[in-house]
Amino acid sequence: MAVLRAAGVFSKFATSKCPSFSGHASRSLSLSSSLAARTHVSYELKDDVAVIRLNDPTAKVNTLTWQLQSELMAVMEEIWANGAVKSAVLISRKPGNFLAGADIKIIQSANSSEEAAGFSHEVQKKLEKFEKSPIPIVAAIHGFCLGGGLELAIACQYRIATKSKNTFLGTPEVKLGLLPGLGGTQRLPKLVGLPEALDMMLTGRNISADRAKEMGLVHLLVDPLGPGTKPAEERTIEYLEEVAVGVAKGIANKQVPLTKEKSLMQKLQDTVMGLGQVRKMIYKTASEKVQKQTKGLYPAPVKIIESVKTGLEHGTEAGYLAESENFGKLAMTSEANALIGLYHGQVTCKKNHFGTPKKDVKRLAILGAGLMGAGIAQVSVHKGLTAILKDTTEESISRGHEQVYKSLNTKVKKRALTSFERDVTMSNLSVQLDYSGFQSADIVIEAVSEDINIKHKVLKEVEAVISPHCIFASNTSTLPIKDIAAASKRPEKVIGMHYFSPVDKMPLLEIITTDETSKDTLASAVSVGLKQGKVIIVVRDSPGFYANRCIFQTMAEAIILLQEGAEPKKLDSLMTSFGYPIGPVSLSDEVGLDIAAHVAENLTKAFGVEGGHSAHTILSDLSERGFKGRKSGKGIYLYEDGTKDRSVNPEAEEILKKYNVAAPPAVSSDSDRQYRVVSRFVNEAVLCLQEGILRNPVEGDIGAVFGCGFPPFHGGRSHT
Amino acid sequence: MASMLLNTMRSGSVRPSRAVWLGTRSLSMTAQLQAQVQTKSKKTLARPGVKNIVLVEGVRTPFLLSGTTYADLMPHDLARAALQGLLHKTGLPKDAVDYIIYGTVIQEVKTSNVAREAALGAGFSDKIPAHTVTMACISSNQAMTSAVGLIAAGQCDSVVAGGVEFMSDVPIRHSRKMRKTMLSLNRAKTLGQRLSLIGSIRLAHLSPELPAVAEFSTAETMGHSADRLAAAFGVSRMEQDEFAVRSHTLAKQAQDAGLLQDVISFKVPGRDIVSKDNGIRPSTMEQMGKLKPAFIKPHGTVTAANSSFLTDGASAALIMSEEKALAMGYKPKAYLRDFVYVSQDPKDQLLLGPTYGTPKVLERAGLTMSDIDVFEFHEAFAGQIMANMKALDSDWFGQTYLGRKSKVGAPPMEKFNLWGGSLSLGHPFGATGCRLVTTVAHRLQKEGGQYGLVAACAAGGQGHAMVIEAYPQ
Repeated sequence: MAVLRAAGVFSKFATSKCPSFSGHASRSLSLSSSLAARTHVSYELKDDVAVIRLNDPTAKVNTLTWQLQSELMAVMEEIWANGAVKSAVLISRKPGNFLAGADIKIIQSANSSEEAAGFSHEVQKKLEKFEKSPIPIVAAIHGFCLGGGLELAIACQYRIATKSKNTFLGTPEVKLGLLPGLGGTQRLPKLVGLPEALDMMLTGRNISADRAKEMGLVHLLVDPLGPGTKPAEERTIEYLEEVAVGVAKGIANKQVPLTKEKSLMQKLQDTVMGLGQVRKMIYKTASEKVQKQTKGLYPAPVKIIESVKTGLEHGTEAGYLAESENFGKLAMTSEANALIGLYHGQVTCKKNHFGTPKKDVKRLAILGAGLMGAGIAQVSVHKGLTAILKDTTEESISRGHEQVYKSLNTKVKKRALTSFERDVTMSNLSVQLDYSGFQSADIVIEAVSEDINIKHKVLKEVEAVISPHCIFASNTSTLPIKDIAAASKRPEKVIGMHYFSPVDKMPLLEIITTDETSKDTLASAVSVGLKQGKVIIVVRDSPGFYANRCIFQTMAEAIILLQEGAEPKKLDSLMTSFGYPIGPVSLSDEVGLDIAAHVAENLTKAFGVEGGHSAHTILSDLSERGFKGRKSGKGIYLYEDGTKDRSVNPEAEEILKKYNVAAPPAVSSDSDRQYRVVSRFVNEAVLCLQEGILRNPVEGDIGAVFGCGFPPFHGGRSHT
Repeated sequence: MASMLLNTMRSGSVRPSRAVWLGTRSLSMTAQLQAQVQTKSKKTLARPGVKNIVLVEGVRTPFLLSGTTYADLMPHDLARAALQGLLHKTGLPKDAVDYIIYGTVIQEVKTSNVAREAALGAGFSDKIPAHTVTMACISSNQAMTSAVGLIAAGQCDSVVAGGVEFMSDVPIRHSRKMRKTMLSLNRAKTLGQRLSLIGSIRLAHLSPELPAVAEFSTAETMGHSADRLAAAFGVSRMEQDEFAVRSHTLAKQAQDAGLLQDVISFKVPGRDIVSKDNGIRPSTMEQMGKLKPAFIKPHGTVTAANSSFLTDGASAALIMSEEKALAMGYKPKAYLRDFVYVSQDPKDQLLLGPTYGTPKVLERAGLTMSDIDVFEFHEAFAGQIMANMKALDSDWFGQTYLGRKSKVGAPPMEKFNLWGGSLSLGHPFGATGCRLVTTVAHRLQKEGGQYGLVAACAAGGQGHAMVIEAYPQ
């Protein structure tokens, strides 16, 4: 999700510049004015091939800004008017990207759905010119080609992509609550077939170059080159251009065919897809799947299917119209607004706002080879850091090693990694029982048991062996960092780094500073987290920090609801239908009721009890009876191997009955119950902001969505 | 390991005009060399207190396209032929060497220490220990430098080093699953156990495993890497084809002029006597141009004709301390001086060994490019040679990758691989190193130069370079 750029639409600012001119007049006007200083698009003739180069000098990545569009169209008009030009190559001069789509802020600036639809419509018209170009245009793609970039590329006649690891094609609009609004919903199904096109647009996933070739999304692949007499990246782009120019000439001379002879399988598939009944089935299946996964909470996937369907069933013209209208509608939804806000927030939280650390952090040492410790080790070595994983028994370090190996090996099986890369990565991990090598560690992260005495013991042991610059970070989920730091000789080097389980899947890292934590310690911890690929929020030390404090309130409310007689299953489904990925009861079982009890104990002490018996009492009662959640086979639910259907644990129900309270009739409808859970979270988040635990609302949003499973389509609001 | 290419038809003959042009070129060169001898950085590389180690003799079997006359032999047969050729040519008593070392790449499992099997078969005394080394295309270079090391350390006075490769037959294995079943079958005790194991065999288990034609670490075939390397340095198809034609043309001239004195005749059992390399086929640029790219399609530049071909062959060299050689009455051919091994990125710089090795060995020897009279570089692919030339000639590459202030400088073509190279003579992976060293010695004698340089690339992103000094005539 490194870059989510939306479908390209140009800003209303640009159109409002010349509101009184007709479309044609404004185009020729901008052409003549931009002729003098063309900054974003340039071209040169190589024999009879026009090589058009995209390069937005104001940004790291090319986007379909108004400026770029108008220059591109002006260049195209010149080329089309030049009879000597027989073909064209469209390429980016940026090293890591072809075209990333449009600047999302432009979409946000639309004031009405008609306005947004109008943008979509006008760019559709521009891309239609590419599709109907009198000379063949070859899109030469290196780096990412997403959203509007892909839509431009598929409007061209031929596509060549480098096999670079950084070359990705995709339509990520859905992740922003939008749809590909520049003809993407119309051209993609024709290019790659209905099922693949729907999959691409509904998941928004990135497609690698190899996969794109298999799907027929690109025609030809070019290998990335190593260094020659100039740097590798530079030469690779040159080479891509050389190959593309050759292909462009070939197409113009009719030596390179634009369409491949279809295989028997493809012909068969085409025939099947030609059947209206079959397509109907596909729409139906896709809609059902979308409904099941989104619970009807996200409008974009529905509109994507609708636009595709209109185009295929009622003709292109109707399709383009449906696409632009749906785009306009989506652009105005609160969901798109929230998701775009989250995107911006995520970009912000992937930057180090605390300066460059004095010493680059390269070597980690991790204490405790449990799930968390090994998970931290894994994301570290996978990103090129070296890590020591230390524990006290051979079984635990062996298990930790196996966890890291297994996760890397899964990547090998999925071909995301070669076995060789796996081995080299593993060579950066050392599992051990002693403190050897700690003297050269730059940071020690402890993930030992949540017991202050144990934390103090390891802190003292570690401080006896590490070098003065080394940071001590605690991965505690609830213990206040200042309490841990109390045992330190150098509290300015102590910080909290709260990872979320499973570490390799959960993107969030919550970094906790005390009053004594130095700025360099913070900058170093953030730089480690960024290297590990984390989205980072920085919060002030306090009980439960931010994420767990809010989750605890949610859980506490859920327990009250259980006391009030809510069915566990019903409660879970209420919350998932609200947009949570997992219900609160299931979540408690996954986390472990004993751990939840432990958290509750700490936080109840800090925040007191709201209503009736404390969550802590009930959770302890359950876990003391051996109902510790999934790991013990029994929690509030029963877990049996081989069955996915889980039933409620009758013994747990018995215990819950002991704490039964009457449900207040005024606030016990389904919707009341949903809002009671959600508002506990939201209230607590606002309190965190008010108390200065959160630095800003954006980090609150990011923490809620990426760490606590708060519904994303509600989650990015505070930023917008 | 060089191109795993099947031999392609290369017919046609040298165009007379080209031969004349080359002839005049070599004439002018000789004059130039004479002038240069006067201005060497060093008169000799002999150092006080350091043993002089000499190449007494070097021989090789004819290098043949795999699947031709040698097809029914085994690797040790070829190695044996080279050893016998060496014995014959030097008159060396069969118990007069201290040690035998061979290099090989694709090992025949029955003769994994092929050095020992070949030595016994060649009639060497069974009291002489022998071992086999492997380092891809520089395996016999490694055999030779191991010999140099043994002599320099005073462990031995006289060592035979050589290399062998036999691509007409390679070990093809059962699949891992099938092997596992077969091994379990050995241990099965009851009929029931055996039957259940046999029953577990699936059709897919029967598909064989061919020897890897790819780099293990990157899974990229060498030809593919060579094509990318050529592209990275902007080497055109034309340049590659021209270099390949040059190699074949020069090899043909050398063969016709009888310059390839290291080739021995070999009576192959059941076949005729073989006394010539059979892969030398000069062709026209038009013919070269017709071939389609072999690895990167359709826009690649490496073809079957501008790559080295799969070859069978063996080589052997007698290496001694100067003292010992003189005491035994030999007239050495050359001094073996400084050598280096280098290694780099096996993905993007797989075949740049000569670029890394050349400046390093020159620095070690205290020589400069212009001191070298004879260059012999291993030609894995024409594109690889041209890429190395461009790398050596690039200031940017020198500064960025070789830690130098400026470029090394490319070897002048009029001193470079004048008797053909691996592209034309053939490239039996494990045997080529000895051919390179022996050729330098012979060319120094013939052309009258003082210093020669061998450089080669090898799979794994490794490389080797060695300085050879003419023995006073």
